[in-house]
Amino acid sequence: MERRTIFGGWFLPAALVLPQLLVTILFFLLPAGEAIYQSLTATDAFGLHTRFVGWANFAALFADPTYLATLLRTAIFCALVTLLALALALVLAVFADREIRGRAIYRTLLIWPYAVAPAVSAVLWVFVMHPQVGILGRLLNRAGLHWDYTLNPIQAMGLVIVASAWTQVSYNFVFFLAGLQSISPAVIEAARMDGARGFHRFRTIIFPLLMPTTFFLLIVNLVYAAFETFGTIMALTRGGPGQATETLVVKVYRDGVVNLDLSGSAAQSVVLMLLVIALTALQFRFLDRRTN
Amino acid sequence: MTRTRTDWLAHIVLGLGVILFAFPVWLIFAGATQDAGAINRGDLSLLPRLSHLGIFLSVLRHGAADSKIPVWHMLMISALMALGIAIGKIVISFISAYAVVFFRFPFRRIAFWTIFITLMLPVEVRIIPTYAVMANFGMINSFAGLTVPLIASATATLLFRQVFIAIPDELVEAARMDGAGPIRFLRDILVPVSAANIAALFVILFVYGWNQYLWPLLVATDPRLDTIVIGIVQLIDTGSILTPWNTMMAMSLLAIIPPVVVVVAMQRWFVKGLTEVEK
Repeated sequence: MERRTIFGGWFLPAALVLPQLLVTILFFLLPAGEAIYQSLTATDAFGLHTRFVGWANFAALFADPTYLATLLRTAIFCALVTLLALALALVLAVFADREIRGRAIYRTLLIWPYAVAPAVSAVLWVFVMHPQVGILGRLLNRAGLHWDYTLNPIQAMGLVIVASAWTQVSYNFVFFLAGLQSISPAVIEAARMDGARGFHRFRTIIFPLLMPTTFFLLIVNLVYAAFETFGTIMALTRGGPGQATETLVVKVYRDGVVNLDLSGSAAQSVVLMLLVIALTALQFRFLDRRTN
Repeated sequence: MTRTRTDWLAHIVLGLGVILFAFPVWLIFAGATQDAGAINRGDLSLLPRLSHLGIFLSVLRHGAADSKIPVWHMLMISALMALGIAIGKIVISFISAYAVVFFRFPFRRIAFWTIFITLMLPVEVRIIPTYAVMANFGMINSFAGLTVPLIASATATLLFRQVFIAIPDELVEAARMDGAGPIRFLRDILVPVSAANIAALFVILFVYGWNQYLWPLLVATDPRLDTIVIGIVQLIDTGSILTPWNTMMAMSLLAIIPPVVVVVAMQRWFVKGLTEVEK
């Protein structure tokens, strides 16, 4: 849709888009280009000579079993975080949508965690689950369950998943609640007249109507789990024990910043960019279909 | 409505949900007032020692034991960063959306798509190359380095574009009849019309800025630029028997309060804005 009425001149609009354009080019496009360039070249150990190596860095990356393992681990991690965060938020939203006393208070008490930083939420979980200090972790050990997420890879992964999902529930809750409230009361009433009750009514009438919201949240949560959980993971396990909780972003950080493997880390960055572009494209195709 | 009896199931489920989120926060509040040695021995209790509430003040003033940076300073850096990112993003997105919607100029489409593409590139994806660019500009360890690279956002530009497109042509015409130039139109019509959207974006972007971790970790190694989030994770990294657990808990609580206050105080705009911005 285009406007019919516009203002004349080109100097003013050019000056108005310039700041945004400059930031975009300097801090988004230039680094992206730099990553692509580095991913296609190799620099010798002294940093003196750089030569073009084509796909070699990518070939090496996908031949590296630790990278493939991280790829698979990230996929599992994202799937479980998304599932947990969506399921919990949906249950809470369904009940918060009912006509009960004090529901405004319940809503506020379920929305505020949106403000908690992922890295800080990890610290909160340390005090709950730490094997010696944590209030629950300690109990698990006293019960003889050998709880120690700093040593046990599966426990570490479980904790990182729960802590990451915990921070994302409020966001999903807001959207599910908005989605539920936009369902016309007439539809619900009609379902009730037809005798659809309780869970059956939810599954056959309400959940299908929530599908657009759910699909949108699915993509947002996958992107969140893949890219924004860096702080949570670093604060809880630093990717360990070993590589047990190392996701793709943690690996880029470890290889690039800690181990200074620039070409390898650049190739990883390019893979991540392709992933984000694929997810974004998926989201926009879906939005297009819905608005048309 | 026929439903007059209490919906116990709903109260139980929602109550459990509230506890799931409130419990860890209560735990750090209670823990902050306890003795670090006792916590380390596994004696973390859910009952706060009210006589030791002074820990919050002393942490604010002096910071953690081995750090020279007081927590009020970290909170200030976090607040400045969050405000800088929120206001910066809103301003540059607002004016660029204005230019794209209300003017025709060469390369308008290219400019719009260039901005749009950034939607796809979160900072986590391009860590190393962005760092290299920052180093070339000499922006490492500067406040500008902390904020400016994060203030371009396609999301905000897209939102304002939608708002502006929905403004009826008649309103624009009427303003022009009254002799309003482009700047006066922006100030007297567009800003008031989009006030609710600006408020919603402010909440979302303030939280986004306050909660940054990876970017400040890379760009600001100078402790005087430590944000509160960085300060807390640094403490946990020392992860030994010497970890001042109670200090860490006090800091975590202080780190949570400001963004939570912003979200709760502006809850109505935030909820409306969130569901509109992202769709």
